[in-house]
Amino acid sequence: MRGFLLNRLSQSLVLLVIVSIIGFGILNLLPGGPLAQFGLDPGMTQQDIERLKGLLGLDRPIWIQYLDWAWRLVHGDWGHSFRDGAPVLQVIGSHLFATLLLMGSSTVIAISVGAWIGIRGATRRYSLFDYLATVGAMVALSVPTFWFGLVGIYVFSLKLGWLPAGNMSEIGDDSILGYLHHLILPSVVLSLVHVAIWSRYMRTATLDAISQDFVKTARAKGLSERRILMKHVVGNALLPMITLAGMQLPSILTGALVTETVFTWPGMGRLFLDSLGYSDYPVVMGLLMFSALLVILCNLIADVVVALVDPRIRLA
Amino acid sequence: MTRQPTTTSNYSRRDALRMMAIGGAASLIAPNLLGKPAFAGTTTKPTGRVVVGLSQEPTVFNPLMAHIEVDDAVHFSVFDALVRMDPEGVLQPNLAAEVPSQKNGGISEDGLNWRVRLRDDVHWHDGEPFTAEDVKFTLELITNPKFRAWRTSGHSLVEDIKVVSPTEITWRMKEAFAPYLSFLAETFMVPKHILEKEADPNTAAFNQAPIGTGAFKWNQRVAGDHIELVANPDYVGDGPYVEQLVFKYIPDMTVLYTQFKSGDVDLVDQSYITADHYAEARDLPDRVVTLETGASLESIYLNLGRPQFKDLAVRQALYAAMDRKAIVDTIYYGVGTLTETFMPKESYYYNPNLPVQEFNLDRARQILDEAGWVPGPDGIRAKDGVRLSFTNSTTSGNNLREQTQQFLQQTFAEIGVEMKISNLPPAVMWGEFWLKSQFDTAMVGVTYLIAADPDATNRLHTKAIAAQGGHGSNTGQYSNPEVDALLEKGARIFDPEERRGIYNRVQEIVRHDLPFLPLSALTNVLGRKKGLDGFEPNANTRTASWHAAGWKWKA
Repeated sequence: MRGFLLNRLSQSLVLLVIVSIIGFGILNLLPGGPLAQFGLDPGMTQQDIERLKGLLGLDRPIWIQYLDWAWRLVHGDWGHSFRDGAPVLQVIGSHLFATLLLMGSSTVIAISVGAWIGIRGATRRYSLFDYLATVGAMVALSVPTFWFGLVGIYVFSLKLGWLPAGNMSEIGDDSILGYLHHLILPSVVLSLVHVAIWSRYMRTATLDAISQDFVKTARAKGLSERRILMKHVVGNALLPMITLAGMQLPSILTGALVTETVFTWPGMGRLFLDSLGYSDYPVVMGLLMFSALLVILCNLIADVVVALVDPRIRLA
Repeated sequence: MTRQPTTTSNYSRRDALRMMAIGGAASLIAPNLLGKPAFAGTTTKPTGRVVVGLSQEPTVFNPLMAHIEVDDAVHFSVFDALVRMDPEGVLQPNLAAEVPSQKNGGISEDGLNWRVRLRDDVHWHDGEPFTAEDVKFTLELITNPKFRAWRTSGHSLVEDIKVVSPTEITWRMKEAFAPYLSFLAETFMVPKHILEKEADPNTAAFNQAPIGTGAFKWNQRVAGDHIELVANPDYVGDGPYVEQLVFKYIPDMTVLYTQFKSGDVDLVDQSYITADHYAEARDLPDRVVTLETGASLESIYLNLGRPQFKDLAVRQALYAAMDRKAIVDTIYYGVGTLTETFMPKESYYYNPNLPVQEFNLDRARQILDEAGWVPGPDGIRAKDGVRLSFTNSTTSGNNLREQTQQFLQQTFAEIGVEMKISNLPPAVMWGEFWLKSQFDTAMVGVTYLIAADPDATNRLHTKAIAAQGGHGSNTGQYSNPEVDALLEKGARIFDPEERRGIYNRVQEIVRHDLPFLPLSALTNVLGRKKGLDGFEPNANTRTASWHAAGWKWKA
């Protein structure tokens, strides 16, 4: 176990370095840069722009900029935003809650509804329900989320007037009910795709488990179908789901670019888009490292959890 | 080049009034816009809330740091400057007790020695008194080489700042520079007692929770969503009348309009209502929707460094081939004002007597024929090996501009000129590509004036061509010695009337030389709820929220 962890951690470290080099390189290769936003300001002279370039350290060779950034990061300094000078971690932190709320609730919906559809579809294979679920999943996977979002806003906000068209809360209203009311539409829209993914995986995993010998043994022992399903089938079918969750969980914190824009949700996705638009290198790099760390960490945790839950798997 | 004397009189009574106001009689004639009348005894308690919608997020709250237009909305509400520019283009006292001028002795005859007298009754939001020390600290912070200051032109000329008394400050200028007075209207004062304790002003806590002297105090910010300000009951100026001022960030322009329609947003600021929604917005019940010209000029910007554009005949022919009326009426939904100059119509220095462009393809062809530009086998004209072919670029995704490009592409083709279209994302378009004159032509809205001062040196002077090693934003590489001389003269003269003669002449020459082809004066569709009184647009500032102190809900 210890050897496994050390091995995985050192692999992750190499991965992080590669991700950071590629990210930093691509960002800096983009023409324009963080000072383009002042290009049309009549009072910002070329001199002013050169001066700011120097103060932001952008006049140095790119590899020195990278090493400087990486050195600081290793020492716990994530840098400051080019836009407002705020520490990057603070900038990320101020957008975390909104994303956590949206992604958390949509994930809960996705996992519970998705698992239910998957299991039901597998136990009633080729039934009308199974066909409808399959077609529904295909539609949800192929139609872009923003379209669902816009249709949702049109129907439920503009036509019916049941749900707010966007934002996280009404200004001046900090009640939990207010937040929940605003949460319904975006989290349901966002979970559509994930319900589809989860239901497909769950269905396959359940079918796999049903055809196993231990299920036949259980039937031979005369156990009720319900007991077989709950105790033997679902338990085994959930194992691959842990790995899937490990892959999906990071997105809970990194946000949904499109959905957050459609619903004017002040989360990490918007932050990423805005920071990219202003070429705010420290924040973009911070977000990149943050999500890379999460992906690596969640996958690692998933592997460990699978091993702990299933005695058949040994980590070496 | 034919030159006409600029003696035509176009002074109106309104102009005369402005003149007197500029001359220092502001307090007698101009409406008392920013100062509370001395006899105002009763103050009404601020009530209600105004939600202002913005399509970009304000993030820079230290008004001296490099920032963009949208941040101004917050700065103008939280902070005060020494003077303010009113909608008529006249400076009014703000933290200064009077606008310094040569007449009142605030500025010496040679323009080098400045003295500003300050109000003695102003306090920072934390209760500390505002004094001349704060002014000195502010001016010095701007030129601190370690500070990520915004514009430094003008400020870099200031030296020998002396605090004479808590209400009086003097300084010397390295050279006479008249525009500096207007620049001070966009130089907000920051508190010395808070910022002097900070090791690094770039990352000070103040930058995230500013303290000013303005009509509204900082309350809180929900990052990515909104900024909440509350009324400053001790504000020395008129107002505020609303208790809560909220700046809401709505990243999508269509959603911004939808929220205005649904009533979630009370007033639409930057980047306003899109032209395609104008007709619908105008008919909304309980909304006031108006067209207001802004300070920038939408134009086809020519890079005069390219051989195609060195010949005046080419520029004249292209201009004659622009059906501007059709473009504004059909593509821009009528939102746009035809103009011949870079000077905004709202400016005191606007020259209304410039020749008016006429759309005439025959005339355009004739000009090119006479100048020796002959159509080649492919129909594109050429002369001395130079083909009349060029690329036009603008920000990609801007529908109206893209349609205009296609429209122009067709009419230009009819006179034997090839225009290719190559659009770029904003961060690319306005970077080196624009600043270092790497474009052929650009479709762009350019503001020529800094803080509404008529001095356009940064855009039109030869020494401002960055691509030729200059210090400025003359990205079109326009160079005319006569304009250079006039601009240099105008920047040294303080008398508005004398300056007007100079800048009217500059506009005449520029109209003749056509370094850029004017399309229309940028016009914004402003919208607000009916019942929100005290709102005034101001083309001389960059934000519709320049004077939120005066806003009030009708009882």
